[in-house]
Amino acid sequence: MTPALQVHGIAIRFGGIAAVAGVSFALERGEMAGLIGPNGAGKTTLLRIIAGVLAPDAGRVMLSGSDVTGLPTARRIRMGLAITHQIVRPFRSMSVLENVTLAAGHRLTANPLAALLRCNRDPEEARARVILARVGLEREEGKAIGALPLGHLKRLEVARALAVEPVVILLDEPLAGLNHSEAAQMMDVLAAVNATGITTVLVEHNLAEVVRVCRRLIVLDQGKIIADAAAGDVMANPAVRAAYLGTGQVHAAA
Amino acid sequence: MSAYGYSVMAVMGLNVMLAVSLNMITGLCGQFSLGHAAFYGAGAYAAASFATAGAALPLSLVAGIVVSSLLGIVVGFASLRLRHDFLAVTTIGVSFLFVGFVRKQLWLGGEMGLGKIPPSGLGSQGNALLILACTLATVAFSLYVHRSWMGFGFRAVGDDEETARSIGIPVSLYKLVAFTLGTAIAGLAGGLYAYFTQFVVPDSFGFIVSVVLMAMVVIGGTGSTLGVAAAAIILTLLPEVFRFMNEYRLLIFGGLLVLVMRFAPGGLAGLGRGGLAILRGR
Repeated sequence: MTPALQVHGIAIRFGGIAAVAGVSFALERGEMAGLIGPNGAGKTTLLRIIAGVLAPDAGRVMLSGSDVTGLPTARRIRMGLAITHQIVRPFRSMSVLENVTLAAGHRLTANPLAALLRCNRDPEEARARVILARVGLEREEGKAIGALPLGHLKRLEVARALAVEPVVILLDEPLAGLNHSEAAQMMDVLAAVNATGITTVLVEHNLAEVVRVCRRLIVLDQGKIIADAAAGDVMANPAVRAAYLGTGQVHAAA
Repeated sequence: MSAYGYSVMAVMGLNVMLAVSLNMITGLCGQFSLGHAAFYGAGAYAAASFATAGAALPLSLVAGIVVSSLLGIVVGFASLRLRHDFLAVTTIGVSFLFVGFVRKQLWLGGEMGLGKIPPSGLGSQGNALLILACTLATVAFSLYVHRSWMGFGFRAVGDDEETARSIGIPVSLYKLVAFTLGTAIAGLAGGLYAYFTQFVVPDSFGFIVSVVLMAMVVIGGTGSTLGVAAAAIILTLLPEVFRFMNEYRLLIFGGLLVLVMRFAPGGLAGLGRGGLAILRGR
């Protein structure tokens, strides 16, 4: 079967620094991988290249077998990619339901003329409500964005990404800023999302939660993959412990 | 109605068309433009030139729309690469460029402008009614756009471009559409103005006019079609009703702008919504 997501030989330099230096991996349909590594390892840069926000100096990105390397973000979204931002970026002038409804209408808004010819939002609202229930925001739908705590904004970010019906979802630190129980709940939501068959790439610093849910871990250090294997093997890998955990103590898992 | 009454109605209608069309660009899509009068002027000069060359009324008006929206697309392309504050400064430049360019063009009458534009053949009453019809159509169209999925997309682009991109909205295309629609309507208003006054001069389309139009949008409530239309009507009528105020027109607009920014940032529309909420006992 064609992998849902393939990156091949991705490299990018910022000035004299090789932020990503020849990264390749492939994810099968429905797979969930944790992309981990110390700060500055190139994780977010890699996600931005996959999303089409940054253009790589070399390498290719393939979505469900088609090369999307030169395509703008909006086109990649229409081909089944979804992204959530590390820092939440909701539409602040809209309600929770409107945020997700607009994303659910992504096929319509892709063409301004088609969008001009329709006013009815009922089918998209109905889909948005189903998605809000999946992330546990069903009781917040009428609320203004300013009234939501960070934990809910993080879920809204996931709901909006799900509304574009993705094949592959890229999550950039969805647990950042959440407390222990909020992080665990969010991770359960993400695991449930993955269980519906959506291929998931998770960039996250909360190792305890990543190891709890992801079977596969890809470890980046200084722009290169230093390990790519089952979670247990990766955590036992001495190179990973040296690069990522420094002294060898699993402090992040505490 | 007297000839004076028709003329006030016509000016009011043109101002509503201009303010509502600027609101499509700035209010609905979030692209701050301080050059709207240039598009108005482009439409007026194009229609005037066609009319003088013997074209019939519909053709001249279409020429105004086409020339103005082509200029709008060019400025729209500039908006794709510029952040909000830079776009504002660029559109100020467009405003000055337009007047500066037209003043030096002998074929456009230079400083003296174009006179002897043939009459529309509708009479002053007919002109006013035509403008009124176009005004109502503009307001209805703007209300419709706001309700449609395109308006929903405009709101997303105005709110957060990167998030809009992340849900597959072609942001650049939406900005170009907003500029094209808004400037096309400004061009139509320009054409109607040319037939209404039968005389166009560069200074009628200067920077101050752009600023007054933006003041109408802000005082009416950025994004609200009805609020902006109401503000355009009120700000046109005030100097007419209180004759002594005419001298102080800009002073009053400026003062209102400061008051709105300080006490009612939502403009007339925000005040209206607040009033309705109080009436409903919330």
